[in-house]
Amino acid sequence: MSSHVFRGRVWKFGDNVTTDEIIPGRYRFKTDDIGEWAKHVLEGADPEFPKKVRPGDVVVAGKNFGSGSSREPAPLVIKHAGISAVIAKSFARIFFRNAINVGLPVVICEQLPDVTEAGDVVEVDLEKGMVRNLTKSVEFAATKIPNFLMQILMDGGLVEHIRKRGGAVWQDIG
Amino acid sequence: MLPGFTMAEKILAKKAGRERVEPGEIVEAEVDLAMVHDLTGPLTVEVFEKIGAERVWDPNKIVVVFDHQVPADSTRSAELQKKMRRFVADQGIKHFFDVGRGGICHQVLPESGLVRPGMLVVGADSHTCTYGALGAFSTGIGATDMAYVFATGKLWFKVPPTTRVEVVGELPRGVYAKDVILAVAGEIGSDGANYMAIEFCGEVVKRFSVDERLTLCNMAVELGAKTGLVEPDEKTASYLGANPSSMGEVVRSDEDAEYADQRVLDASGLEPMVACPHSVDNVKPVSEVVGTSIDQAFIGSCTNGRIPDLREAARILRERTVSDGVRLVVIPASQRVYEQAVREGLVEVFVKAGAVVCPPTCGPCLGGHMGVLASGERCISSSNRNFVGRMGSRESEVFLASPATVAASAVAGEIADPRDFLGD
Repeated sequence: MSSHVFRGRVWKFGDNVTTDEIIPGRYRFKTDDIGEWAKHVLEGADPEFPKKVRPGDVVVAGKNFGSGSSREPAPLVIKHAGISAVIAKSFARIFFRNAINVGLPVVICEQLPDVTEAGDVVEVDLEKGMVRNLTKSVEFAATKIPNFLMQILMDGGLVEHIRKRGGAVWQDIG
Repeated sequence: MLPGFTMAEKILAKKAGRERVEPGEIVEAEVDLAMVHDLTGPLTVEVFEKIGAERVWDPNKIVVVFDHQVPADSTRSAELQKKMRRFVADQGIKHFFDVGRGGICHQVLPESGLVRPGMLVVGADSHTCTYGALGAFSTGIGATDMAYVFATGKLWFKVPPTTRVEVVGELPRGVYAKDVILAVAGEIGSDGANYMAIEFCGEVVKRFSVDERLTLCNMAVELGAKTGLVEPDEKTASYLGANPSSMGEVVRSDEDAEYADQRVLDASGLEPMVACPHSVDNVKPVSEVVGTSIDQAFIGSCTNGRIPDLREAARILRERTVSDGVRLVVIPASQRVYEQAVREGLVEVFVKAGAVVCPPTCGPCLGGHMGVLASGERCISSSNRNFVGRMGSRESEVFLASPATVAASAVAGEIADPRDFLGD
């Protein structure tokens, strides 16, 4: 499997999962240890989630995932918990930018969440822009994101992207 | 003939050095002002160092405000603040608001005149959209984006389509800007304006003070929007202590601008509104929730911690007391607001009523400190979010309302209609 193809077991969430549910503000006041934060990942939406999640798992959600705060620890804790990708019908804009900047694969797909249940196995092909539910044997095209964002994501985030390419990143815009 | 442009499109085009831009297009634009606070600043600095940057692009265009954990509530936050103070000194950052010198960032930037019409402003805080009340294009970003801005002064933006919200009629007694924006949230929904700009206009918005416009634009993000905007006018100029001709670059939408959506709200028929748990668009008229018991009431935050808010709350609390079994927390949004509230005798009213008045900070709004909720507790709050666990325990509940509704509820010991306390 190429490094841009992820396969994993699904955890399913609904619409409007907020950044306060992903990582409540109260934990950010206590520590800046990301490992500690990750112990509470998404517990606002599912209190058992931090115990159940395994590296490589995939989060599938409805619309407006990550709404609320600009806190970058939100995508960071999801990544740190080992989630390989988040597939949602839509994302809140700041969360979406932050996820790409920290190298958490975020995939927009209107159809897949409706036919996917918890425990299904899904596959994301970032480069080809395809998502598949292997349990249900269905495949959908993800919404295309601009090339320069895909490059940042595939490099593992903005810091790695700049290190790798030595500076300015989005010259190809416009 | 080509259609005209919205304010959002015009400001982004100008800052991107372009004749015109279209919604959906991605442009690189030059930022006029960049703000971080004590919670997002440290991560910004960490990333700034990781990408190998040494000097900020312009120390006069960066604003650092300590507001979330102030005064430092732990050795950890004290260490982070120490680190930020060092960065400010090393980089020669001009606009730094330390503890006791500023207050909540979204009050400090407007009141100190740093935000001007026509500017492109980014802040590492989602409520940065507040500054659109002054006719600036202003939006929240994360720490990594901010580190890039610190290093280069530039950032990519997707040009948003604009939704136009026209507020007509006349606000009834006991109904405020907060009730208007809650009503809009109830109608549009918490992602109804995702990635969009919202332009607020109409006779009610024209009559609103800048403070009230700040409340409107503050909550644009709660509808998913990238920014809220109000056309600058003579009120904007007077707020900034400037002439209308010199207050900044006044940008107005063209008559024939294209909008993604247009809504008209008649304010004349509005009641005080309450956003019920656990989403900002779960909005009901206060009459439907009157009598709901509460444990805490909070007046403050970047939404409603300004002087008009404190005055309205004091009108209700004067010669009344907070109900037994209820804690009322009042937090002026800035040192200036605090000082004014002292001068006008408002603080005395609050203290006599049995409220605790805290120094300017975000406080309990995001479950930080100064009034965090236990499990099973319920709070009515003048802030902007009522998400699960927002103000403390996952098993607590938050209702959002105007400062007047919060004050009335604190007195009643349950959610109450402010009109019953305001006289005629």
